[in-house]
Amino acid sequence: MTQLQVLLFASYAEAFGTSAVTVTVSEPATSADVVAALRSLPGGAVLPATPVVAVDRRYVRGAVAVRAGQEIALIPPVAGG
Amino acid sequence: MIRSAIVTAAIDPAALLSEVTTTATGATSLFVGTVRDVNDGRAVTGIEYSAYTSMALDEMERIAQETAQQFDGIRIVIEHRVGNLLLQEISVAIAVAHARRAPAMDACRHAIEELKRRVPIWKQEHYVDGDRHWVDPTGLQSTGAPP
Repeated sequence: MTQLQVLLFASYAEAFGTSAVTVTVSEPATSADVVAALRSLPGGAVLPATPVVAVDRRYVRGAVAVRAGQEIALIPPVAGG
Repeated sequence: MIRSAIVTAAIDPAALLSEVTTTATGATSLFVGTVRDVNDGRAVTGIEYSAYTSMALDEMERIAQETAQQFDGIRIVIEHRVGNLLLQEISVAIAVAHARRAPAMDACRHAIEELKRRVPIWKQEHYVDGDRHWVDPTGLQSTGAPP
């Protein structure tokens, strides 16, 4: 098992009541495992079926391998401009 | 010449114009986004913008670089503001200069469309009745496809 920190923003941060949460997942872990762990937490119902994930400040597609030390973030629908 | 930034103070579009314009640029295109008073039929009093600042900066820089590759010879500056903005205040400004008008205008349009699609910035609208709402202009990202 490994502990991963996940950054939350905007509507997600509001729903979870925090801007960063630590989840415990089995190794080797994927971004899908992180999302599943988040979904089981209070506030997790806010997440869509497959929320957008960024790793090390880049969007990732599908379930990608993640490990401790990487910057993992869930990205709510963006609304800049 | 490329620059992008996230700022907390008022954006000065005239400063952006003079930054990209040179004696060699014959055309400068400026996009300015401002806070509108009505959205989806509700009276808006202001908008609070927030960002995943480090990634937003990276993504804005990538957009500026990609735009400069696609429209060779442009000079581009992108600024987005975060924090509490009142009606009519500038939330985003993009200035693009080129020798000719077509690349300047097309590149400016390209950059703002990409910014709106990809940069991790969010806005919460504040309404006259005190209610607040996170704006989701796409409704598409729940498919899981990254922007």
